[in-house]
Amino acid sequence: MKVPTRRVTQSAPPALVALAVIGAVFFLVPVVGIVAQVPWRSLPEIFRSDIVANAVRLSLIASVGAVTAATVIGLPLAWVLARVDFAFKPLVRGLVLLPMVLPPVVGGAALLFGFGRRGIVGGPLYDATGFVLPFSVWGVIVASTFVAMPFLVITVEAALRTVDRRYEGAASTLGASPWTVLRRVTIPLVSPAVVSGLLLTWARALGEFGATITFAGNLQGRTQTLPLAVFVALETDRDAAVAISVLMMVISLGVLVSLRDRWWGAHS
Amino acid sequence: MIWRVAVGALLLAACSGGESERQLVVSAASSLTNAFGEVASAFEERHPGVSVVLNLGASSALREQILNGAPADVFASADEATMDAVINASAAAGSEVFAHNRLVIAVASGNPADVSGLEDLARTDLFVGLCAPSVPCGRLAALVLDTQGVVPAVDTYEPNVRSLVTKIGNGDLDMGLVYRSDVTGSSMVEGVGLPEDVDFANDYHIAVLDRAREPDLATAFVEFLLSPEGVAIVVANGLEAP
Amino acid sequence: MVGGSLMSGLEATIAVERGELDLELDLFIGSDRTLALLGPNGAGKSTVVDVLAGLLPLETGRIVLDGTVLDDPTTGRFVAPHSRSVGVVFQGGLLFPHLTTIENVEFGLRSRGLSRRQARREATEVLGTIGMQEFADRSPSELSGGEAQRIALARSLVGAPTMLLLDEPLSALDATTRVEVQRNLAQHLAAFDGPRLLITHDPAEAFLLADEVVLIEGGRVTQRGDPADIRLRPKTKYAADLAGSNFLLGEAQHGTVQTAGLTVHIADRSLVGKVVVTIHPRAVSLHLERPEGSARNVWETMVTVIEDHGDRVRVQLGQPLGITAEVTPGALAALALTPGAAVWCSVKATEVVAQPR
Repeated sequence: MKVPTRRVTQSAPPALVALAVIGAVFFLVPVVGIVAQVPWRSLPEIFRSDIVANAVRLSLIASVGAVTAATVIGLPLAWVLARVDFAFKPLVRGLVLLPMVLPPVVGGAALLFGFGRRGIVGGPLYDATGFVLPFSVWGVIVASTFVAMPFLVITVEAALRTVDRRYEGAASTLGASPWTVLRRVTIPLVSPAVVSGLLLTWARALGEFGATITFAGNLQGRTQTLPLAVFVALETDRDAAVAISVLMMVISLGVLVSLRDRWWGAHS
Repeated sequence: MIWRVAVGALLLAACSGGESERQLVVSAASSLTNAFGEVASAFEERHPGVSVVLNLGASSALREQILNGAPADVFASADEATMDAVINASAAAGSEVFAHNRLVIAVASGNPADVSGLEDLARTDLFVGLCAPSVPCGRLAALVLDTQGVVPAVDTYEPNVRSLVTKIGNGDLDMGLVYRSDVTGSSMVEGVGLPEDVDFANDYHIAVLDRAREPDLATAFVEFLLSPEGVAIVVANGLEAP
Repeated sequence: MVGGSLMSGLEATIAVERGELDLELDLFIGSDRTLALLGPNGAGKSTVVDVLAGLLPLETGRIVLDGTVLDDPTTGRFVAPHSRSVGVVFQGGLLFPHLTTIENVEFGLRSRGLSRRQARREATEVLGTIGMQEFADRSPSELSGGEAQRIALARSLVGAPTMLLLDEPLSALDATTRVEVQRNLAQHLAAFDGPRLLITHDPAEAFLLADEVVLIEGGRVTQRGDPADIRLRPKTKYAADLAGSNFLLGEAQHGTVQTAGLTVHIADRSLVGKVVVTIHPRAVSLHLERPEGSARNVWETMVTVIEDHGDRVRVQLGQPLGITAEVTPGALAALALTPGAAVWCSVKATEVVAQPR
């Protein structure tokens, strides 16, 4: 049989390319729009202000906190959903996905009813310890985790469902305990999904606004994250709002692009 | 099939209410939620076939919407500065004062934290909320606190007065400065009055917007609001006559 | 020996249901013996591996390896797979794709508590003995099928298991590689001194590598014995197909068997009742005219298909018996047969093997 030596390049259907270009431009236009508004002259001064410094710090704490919480409780949740059969599983899965469809402000109000000072869990907690989640940095992390963790859970659960379970069986016949199988086989096999799930979680937490302002409140230096700072600034200081927005874009693009290259670079 | 249903739903949503009824869109400060709800009902009663759509929010947020071209016929702001910004941007020709409002200290019904005056705002054992300085009730609160030399231990600056009232009513916050109209008639919160000498009042302004689609109705609405009947409704909801 | 208790080796009574499959069989593999479990797809062969490895608990039955009970639902005893000391070479090798070749080999050593350095030293040694040191840092995706299979075998052997299970070890390989890996496998099987179970659907593999063959069809054992026995006396159509034999069912009556199409004479006059009849294709002679001679079974038929296998030709015949004859290319040329041609065939009664069903 004769093997063709010419490299076959996939030709893209023009209609598909045209629609894809529309898709890309759709994302580009708002970005260009906001960049066109950037007050370049006053930028250094805005970035040096306490408001911005505080908001950057809180946003990093909140988003990293949400990623940490999602790793500690979200990964086990994904594993149980993928691997353990139990009653009402569809209900539990729906519950996990709820924050993705709930308006974040509603999510924040629900968090208040659950973990607020008069909430069904927050109330007894306050009575016993005097500890209150809302209006503290912990409240910001809770709100961010609530809206962002579902991204990790669904991504990793889907990956766990598709992973070839015979690898896990093979590992156990080689003497690996269930915990070792999880650590040395299952998690490495789904690591691309874990990484993208964590990135999505981080990105969603960084942009989180509604649940945060409703549950955690808005106080510069304590609970005012970048999106809250933008919101307040939009009505008082448009230049600052634009500057902070652009700063958020730079931070998130930087992190997403660099991590993407590191983790998925080999495949693209 | 699904496609056709979806398109149908969109068309339906776009057309609903637009055929036989005339719509008057009123963008009003969130502190006017109760008062304007009643004013709108009374106005609709007098103008059969007219429906008043209330768009409630922080005055500053509404201002941004209007300046960015959001459709509205009438704008009611909780202070003069916000209205001035709209007039300066040539979105309205002029405005009229239709009410005053005063701040009170809002506490949950029954005053469980035993709040007695402004100086309690500095207590660190209480959860204290104020309106964000970008909205009129926040600016008024800042003015009041400044004059009294009280440095409040604030836990949150809420984006609008309604969310502040809600959090106080639900017990998430212990106290805050809100409009008297917000506590009038509420079963969740009650007001603790301020001393006479710091009892500043906000001027509520109303204007017909230049881009109004129903300029005649808009003018009629403003006239009704300023009529004795309109003033009576506003006063019954905790505001003061102009 | 069958049915007795072995002090060493595997003694398993297996009954499980998995989906459509209802598996029930007994297996006895003495130490130093290779048993081939041969059967068509879906017969339940891989399920046997899962059960023996501990990946699927028994519903009924008992698994005893070298006197140690591994699984016994009646007493509730179940030894987890990681505590079993059963080496498994899975279908397709199943090398961990996220680990390098040497890390795959180390896996079992690390799991059993060896330090990183000890494991690396032993794994390097193992790769050395199979001549694959230079593959140490390669990813499994960079290995050929044969290389991957050898690594998979090495991986299963490093922990010095008591029993070795091989699930279709050669099925993923191309013909050339298969011969080479098969030779390599034969050496390793011979060197391993515990019970060995080879799962396969390829009779050649089973006949070449195993001391004993168990045929399994639809979850049930249909025949067991040494390879030569099964080749010569297949009891089911599947077994006969495997051995390349003609296979007929019939009713014996003192020297004759009534089959669907024809009464066939057999040598054994004592048989009575339902029988399985096998006729080796080489025992079927073809003639252009009615043959004279000693053959008791003679009938006229028609050629339907001719398969040329190079040094021999298989000729499929039509009604009344529908069997296959195997002749040399020279004989075929002399007869000038083509599909559709009329032909006489004869089989000696002594070449017709009948066994009771």
